[in-house]
Amino acid sequence: MSEKVLMKGNEAIAEAAIRAGCRHYFGYPITPQTELAAYMAKRMPKIGGTFLQAESEISAINMVYGVAGAGYRVMTSSSSPGVSLKQEGISYIAGADLPALIINVQRGGPGLGGIQPSQSDYFQATKGGGHGDYHLIVLAPASVQEMADLTAHAFDLADKYRMPTMILADGTMGQMMEPVSLPEETTSKVEKPWAVTGTNCEREHNIINSLYLVPEQLEKKNFERFEKYAKVEENEVMYEEYMMDDAEYCIVAFGIAARVSKNAITAARAKGIKVGMIRPITLWPFPKEAIAKAADKVKAFISVELSMGQMIEDIKLAEECRKPVVLCNRTGGMIPDPEQILKTIDTLIGGNN
Amino acid sequence: MVVFDKPKALTDAPLHYCPGCTHGIIHRLVAEAIDELGILGKTVGVAPVGCAVMAYDYFACDMVEAAHGRAPAVATGLKRAMPENVIFTYQGDGDLASIGMAETVHAATRNENITVIFVNNAIYGMTGGQMAPTSLPGQVTQTSPYGRDVKTVGYPIRVCEMLSALDGPELIQRVAVNNVKNVMAAKKAIKKAFQNQIDGKGFSLIEVVSSCPTNWGMTPSNALKWLEENMIPYYPLGVYKDRSAKEVK
Repeated sequence: MSEKVLMKGNEAIAEAAIRAGCRHYFGYPITPQTELAAYMAKRMPKIGGTFLQAESEISAINMVYGVAGAGYRVMTSSSSPGVSLKQEGISYIAGADLPALIINVQRGGPGLGGIQPSQSDYFQATKGGGHGDYHLIVLAPASVQEMADLTAHAFDLADKYRMPTMILADGTMGQMMEPVSLPEETTSKVEKPWAVTGTNCEREHNIINSLYLVPEQLEKKNFERFEKYAKVEENEVMYEEYMMDDAEYCIVAFGIAARVSKNAITAARAKGIKVGMIRPITLWPFPKEAIAKAADKVKAFISVELSMGQMIEDIKLAEECRKPVVLCNRTGGMIPDPEQILKTIDTLIGGNN
Repeated sequence: MVVFDKPKALTDAPLHYCPGCTHGIIHRLVAEAIDELGILGKTVGVAPVGCAVMAYDYFACDMVEAAHGRAPAVATGLKRAMPENVIFTYQGDGDLASIGMAETVHAATRNENITVIFVNNAIYGMTGGQMAPTSLPGQVTQTSPYGRDVKTVGYPIRVCEMLSALDGPELIQRVAVNNVKNVMAAKKAIKKAFQNQIDGKGFSLIEVVSSCPTNWGMTPSNALKWLEENMIPYYPLGVYKDRSAKEVK
């Protein structure tokens, strides 16, 4: 690990991607991920890489598809409305089993929404997002350090499983500055014999494709892909447990909501209320087992989200409705404060007594 | 001595195209150009969505199947990642001039060093004969059953004329494959479009005016006659832009 530097979250992702061997970036301007593209525009030409401002988000993701097909590490970044536009391409990337990294620095929605932080693309990110049966590996950083670390990890996972990965950040994570220790220089360690690099007239031609007109073949392909997803669910779940040893109430929160929740937990414990937190770092695969285990001992769950309540559904599925799950949320670009979380816990306790 | 052989750049897969369709000819011309330039081993093709969707089975080089209209963006990614490779797209009129118009125009204006083969048969073939951006005024299709009414759906797009207004592209040329003479000229143009890329000259698009007997509802020979009498007058053949030729002058 190198010496710490002060960086914005968006810049940390960009520099971490370069250090992970990514030399191809395609994007389209949108707030609040602007610094990421600007960083790439400055750096890529100096290191023999590609920075290209595409004519649209749709083009940008299809350029990503091309580079991924050639077997090189590649990424794009955007924010919510732009990520909606990318869904077609993401579905094709998933359908062709290509590794690529997509960054979503979320803002409020739906529609043009706003430009302030949000977590309301949770459904889109974790359930597939585009058409068809597929998943992305979705990573949710809660600090600038994690913006960098998870970017490097996301490239490794994409290569390992031949599938698209996503960093699901939000405007706060993108914009805020924190000291960060940047990851070491690395590159892909995975052989890519499937890549379309030219046959050199020495092998059969490779085809990057998601079209299977024979339904039996498409079904087989989808089952195979979900066998791969099962391995991801088995091996790649990441989460942080915070003060869960004696917790009677369990907050579940990711990203900026998890940081606010930590303050709420400190305040609650000062009042003698035993609150802990499970912070999913991978949103897909979701830390189901950790939630299920917590359901054995806590009285209730509190889902703290910057949305109208999306992750709460996965919490309920994970703990199979054994304990109540309540929502503590703000939306539209607003962020819950510790007082709101405390109030939610107080109401819960009142309800239980 | 072999005097006529199948190009190495074509696989042995039987083509699925309808009888009388000109895709077979155009595939062969592309394959011959690749063979003659000796670039089979380093060529990567991008197939469209449309009748040529399964071109990835027919060309023997590495292939990518793109989403509808996105082939120039996919080709851009491939070329930026592998500048030493030869990248071509093979697209129809709906793919290139309707849903993929933005990708086409911007790849052209960037002078992206790729080769684009644009097959214009004035109809959506794969989906059963709907009106295309290049369907002629009055042309009857499944979605213009009373003939293309320019007052409500506008006029056909002349892609070569439009793209040649840009400063970016290297070569913009329209050819046809309705007779032997035109096929020979088309071959020459396609080969040049690949040579341009090898020479690093940039974006080269060859529009091939072609026929669709099935969806035009004509015999193959009548379709070629209709092409001659209706398509070519609306889409005149010729070189619309050739930056290198201009520089020579």
